[in-house]
Amino acid sequence: MNERENWALEVEDLTVAYADKPVLWDIDLQVPKGVKMAIIGPNGAGKSTLVKAAMGLIKPVAGEVRIFGEPRDGAEGQIAYVPQRTTLSWDFPTDVIDVVTMGTYGRVGWFRRCGATEKAEAMAALEQVGMADFARRPIAALSGGQQQRVLLARALVQDAPIYILDEPFQGVDAPTERAIIEVLDDLADAGKTIIVVHHDLQTIPEYFDAVLLLNVRAIDSGPVEEVFTEENLRLTFGGRVGVLAASGAGEV
Amino acid sequence: MDLFGDYTLRLVALGSAILGATSGALGSFAYLRRQSLLGDAVSHAALPGIVLAFMLTGSKVPLVLMVGAGLAGWVGTLAVQLVVRRSRVPYDSALGIVLAVFFGAGLVLLTHLQKLPNAAQAGLESFLFGQAASLLKRDVVTMAVLGAAALVVLILLWKEFKVLSFDPDFAASLGLPVRRLDGLLTLLLVVAIVIGLQTVGVVLMSAMIVAPGAAARQWSRRLAPMVLIAAAIGIFSGITGSIFSSYIPRLPTGPTIVLVLSAIFLASLFMAPQRGLLWRSLRFGVLRTAPDLDPVLMRLFALSRQHPDDPEHGHSVAVIQTMSPPEAKVVAALERLADRGLAQRTAGGRWAPTPIGRREARRILDREAGEGS
Repeated sequence: MNERENWALEVEDLTVAYADKPVLWDIDLQVPKGVKMAIIGPNGAGKSTLVKAAMGLIKPVAGEVRIFGEPRDGAEGQIAYVPQRTTLSWDFPTDVIDVVTMGTYGRVGWFRRCGATEKAEAMAALEQVGMADFARRPIAALSGGQQQRVLLARALVQDAPIYILDEPFQGVDAPTERAIIEVLDDLADAGKTIIVVHHDLQTIPEYFDAVLLLNVRAIDSGPVEEVFTEENLRLTFGGRVGVLAASGAGEV
Repeated sequence: MDLFGDYTLRLVALGSAILGATSGALGSFAYLRRQSLLGDAVSHAALPGIVLAFMLTGSKVPLVLMVGAGLAGWVGTLAVQLVVRRSRVPYDSALGIVLAVFFGAGLVLLTHLQKLPNAAQAGLESFLFGQAASLLKRDVVTMAVLGAAALVVLILLWKEFKVLSFDPDFAASLGLPVRRLDGLLTLLLVVAIVIGLQTVGVVLMSAMIVAPGAAARQWSRRLAPMVLIAAAIGIFSGITGSIFSSYIPRLPTGPTIVLVLSAIFLASLFMAPQRGLLWRSLRFGVLRTAPDLDPVLMRLFALSRQHPDDPEHGHSVAVIQTMSPPEAKVVAALERLADRGLAQRTAGGRWAPTPIGRREARRILDREAGEGS
């Protein structure tokens, strides 16, 4: 039991199916407290599905999810979530500060309005991602990188022990990528557990200290230096691993 | 002229205003959640509910018929979800199927009822296109109570409904009961539709749901102003339509309200700042239709910046040609820029940007800078 509490997130025998077709098959995963873990795998490997099922956004066919050793039910507020930027409708009529303030809705409670405290928290988070000047900008007028920073700021406001980010680096500019990495490093220093769905294999050893290789099944997971191997990559990505051999992944 | 001295007109205008406010406010959420078609399906699905409610109770009390309409509309939305979940039929097709089946069933029941030797059923067919003149005081009171209740719930759960509409996955990750909130918001939409059925009818009610929100979106950048403007547009259309149909003989109220609303929608689409078509074509259209002209204009602009004291200082075609790729048709491009009022000929066959051309060039620079960061 003691060991369980050292795992921020624990997934056991998780199986998810869409229209009877399994997209995740018998996943077992332990994410230790305080790690920065990347989830990698080819398109259709079920990466987004896994994080959504872990948060209870998707009902699995079977399996259990525990957060700090407790069953996931009632563990809301433990996970701050940054969804894939491109799945949102950025034409929604609102401004940046309002979106970031949504991160406080969980603790503000029913029927209550957000006040000066929540606005101040949102401003501080915007400050952290370098977007303070954009607070009053309509979200329809943001670039891709700015959108991503706004979503990250919204998650920061939640101040949760676990952060789950779905493809935060997809289609963003270099300054945004650096800004996000800095924020994630700060969070890790503060003892938060970070799980990132990631697609750029080259940056794995630099950005993360643990990795899950996923392709419908969990191929392997653990510290980057142990499991981020050429063989595991080949098992995960099949024949398409040729590009990766040059990335230095094979040296470890 | 004492417009509202007429008791009937006052009642009809009040009822139409209430229906406009509720359908405008709740329709805005349907619009943002891309559920406009759901409103159409619900209003058509309400018809069999109205007829069945009458057949079961023999009463035409509005509350009874509204409850029947609401239940049938609600069953309709459940049927849509069931079809989507249990089959491979996509959402929009499921909506179409449910709409047709329920509306067809309603028409069958209505026709059957009209053949019965019973005068009491007279008037039910007016729910097809609405009959505002038949509104009684008790009807308007019922509408007001239901509408107020729906709007109070909307205000109480404002932030929950907002995050649900923008990012339902994130709302769920906050621990909000997303499915129940979604059901409640749909229920409020059903209430807004039911309120309008007697005045506007099942066929045209979907316009009252979609159009105010779509028009208001053109004028607003935030949710609260959008919902308020949508409600105001609904109220204005309701009252104006009532007045028109009261003073022009044989003009039905419901369709007139919808026509006024459509006019406002079209005007918004064309004239609204930032998002309106007219504004956009003034802002971008000149160049957006001719992207090959952009580089030539930018070069002309870059040259003119070297003469800050004399922005109209001309440059020869040869200079611009030197700056361009060899295959560029600089003369033709300059002439087309001149046609659009962006470039002008100066003395000695030279070229300079016009003030509009310089402004356009700066906008292009801004736009590119905005996309880059």
